[in-house]
Amino acid sequence: MSTYITNARLIDPEALTETTTSLLIDGGLIAEIGGPAPEGAAVIDANGKCLAPGIVDMGVRIGEPGDRHKESFRSAGLAAAAGGVTTIIARPDTSPAIDTPEVLEFVTRRAREASPVRILHMAALTKGREGREMTEIGFLLDAGAVAFTDAEAVCTNTKVLNRAFTYARSLGALVIGHPQEPGLSAGSAVTKGKFASLRGLPDVHPMAERMGLDRDIALVEMTGVRYHADQVTSARTLPALERAKANGFDVTAGISIHHLTLNEYDVGDYRTFFKVTPPLRSEEDRLAMVDAVASGLIDIICSMHTPQDEESKRLPFEDAASGAVGLETLLPAAMRLYHQGGLTLPELFRAMALNPAKRLGLPQGRVAVGAPADLVLFDPDAPFVMDRFALRSKSKNTPFDGQRMEGRVIATFVNGQKVFDAAP
Amino acid sequence: MSFRARHLLGIEHLAPDEIRAVLDLADRYVELNRRTEKRSDVLAGMTQINMFFENSTRTQASFELAGKRLGADVMNMSVAQSSVKKGETLIDTALTLNAMHPDLLVVRHGASGAVNLLAEKVNCAVLNAGDGRHEHPTQALLDALTIRRAKGRIHRLTVAICGDVQHSRVARSNLILLGKMENRVRLIAPPTLMPSGVQEFGCEVYDDMKKGLEGADVVMMLRLQKERMDGGFIPSEREYFHRYGLDAEKLAFAKPDAIVMHPGPMNRGVEIDGTIADDINRSVIQEQVEMGVAVRMACMDLLARNLRARRGAAAAEVMA
Repeated sequence: MSTYITNARLIDPEALTETTTSLLIDGGLIAEIGGPAPEGAAVIDANGKCLAPGIVDMGVRIGEPGDRHKESFRSAGLAAAAGGVTTIIARPDTSPAIDTPEVLEFVTRRAREASPVRILHMAALTKGREGREMTEIGFLLDAGAVAFTDAEAVCTNTKVLNRAFTYARSLGALVIGHPQEPGLSAGSAVTKGKFASLRGLPDVHPMAERMGLDRDIALVEMTGVRYHADQVTSARTLPALERAKANGFDVTAGISIHHLTLNEYDVGDYRTFFKVTPPLRSEEDRLAMVDAVASGLIDIICSMHTPQDEESKRLPFEDAASGAVGLETLLPAAMRLYHQGGLTLPELFRAMALNPAKRLGLPQGRVAVGAPADLVLFDPDAPFVMDRFALRSKSKNTPFDGQRMEGRVIATFVNGQKVFDAAP
Repeated sequence: MSFRARHLLGIEHLAPDEIRAVLDLADRYVELNRRTEKRSDVLAGMTQINMFFENSTRTQASFELAGKRLGADVMNMSVAQSSVKKGETLIDTALTLNAMHPDLLVVRHGASGAVNLLAEKVNCAVLNAGDGRHEHPTQALLDALTIRRAKGRIHRLTVAICGDVQHSRVARSNLILLGKMENRVRLIAPPTLMPSGVQEFGCEVYDDMKKGLEGADVVMMLRLQKERMDGGFIPSEREYFHRYGLDAEKLAFAKPDAIVMHPGPMNRGVEIDGTIADDINRSVIQEQVEMGVAVRMACMDLLARNLRARRGAAAAEVMA
């Protein structure tokens, strides 16, 4: 029943410490840290490898309903387990959108049956994510929605958005915005600059992101709603975020791992696996974002897992679908930041586990006695070459294909149960 | 022979000696083209397919004539009205044609990078006849040949490229080529039609045409690409002509012997005054068309030599 992990390098994102110690799992919870092995417990020798709270991945697209050939709850759950993600926060940009309690109940049931890891659902903020009428925010909250977002569909009608924010505020709901001025970014495929001009691709100035965030923050100031920006990817946006936080607004921000580890030049000769939303930024922006995560200005790192099938990527760059899978590659990609010295392991897990859990009011994301035993045991130094066809996701669109990476998951636990073992 | 490329996808991938090799050979083809007996047989037995996903009259005719004068079997496909309408993807179209064993594939497409994508899937030589706003390498090479023949050199010249730079693949290929050959390149455009970050290519950027033209050896006008615009980039054509159209008054700021170029088709009275375009002492626009056929012959000749060499090496390997 109980599991005792000894000789582990325990990553504590709350205390921002790393200590070599032991940890006891009992009844699905972390029962003791640093104690002796109780009799009858299954003992795992971590051999000095890292033990951290499982990743809470905020903003994962799963193709159910609508695009099950791209990703199902089963395939996403298996990929997550192999990637050390113990809680998936699923996006509502499905087909149809998750905008009624009935659809939410359906996906909740499907996810519970099919996935080895915990899947929680966000719901759409407006019906059909069309930006015209707010959804039944109250009913959806009762049915288990953890946040409300129209994902990449930006509502341009501020009157509608103002009402939705006001209503969400009264229920204490968290809304997630996609900071982007859609008029400015319409039709764009890459970030404005030398690379865009060289490749002749339609581009967007990163200021479009800042304009989107400025508008949303004005609405936050008007309504007092709890607000999270899904992705802040440009240094130009940071002053707006900093000001909002300094003013005491309940505002947080996230960023995808791709914007922290890749830049616009990685697109190279029109490689569509590097087409993401918003587009990859300059190297200066990337470095500024790593610093912003280290300082805590940007709160959350996520995978922005967006599965796309082969056909939707085998097109000219402008026509190709946007997005990259990330559930299985989030942790090894994050290890690049650790090995390059930009971020420590506790800082990384603060952004990948503790902060998203806190923002959503979940008990996960901690290594503390009494917390749920959602854990990942991993070797931050294990080298490997990424083979996209070895991914468990149904879609194989990773920008890291063929690249040398470091960091492999050894085992993943959800509620104390082992859901992934690299050496079964 | 220093031309090593397998495909001609853009000027970006060519070295200066490869550019010179094309121009030197093209000079010889200019002579051939001026004879009554124009036939050569360097591409005899080879199949050339012109695949134009965007409508084109001039470039397609130029490539067709170039291939025929070199003795290739030339086929034109106007893909704009065929299988693409039935939902076939670009890659499938490419694979279908590839199965017919062409040796040279000339492709024009509306999306930047589409020709690169296609070149990955076929085993013949691919020539980019223009992809989106990306590159149009044979245009830059024919412009270089025109300049070299008019000015006696293709280095240390001041070249002003004027007009809709933002939407122009011609401008991109030209500024890369002229930069590689160590010329001074100036870009002149209203700020709404100037791509971002071009200063980093080593260009000088102007929004005042008269200042930009000062002391220029070559004035290269661009067509206002109305079909690529998604909204108002300029207030009106008449204001554009007033500020950026090439007329005698603005041309007076360039060197007295400056030549005037235009890739065609021209919008007379929008970007260029008709009398300037027709001035045989300044305009080399007709020469550009003539050089186009010769440069395309040279490019296809060089690519065909490399193709033969590669196939020969592969065959020798099989025999060994």
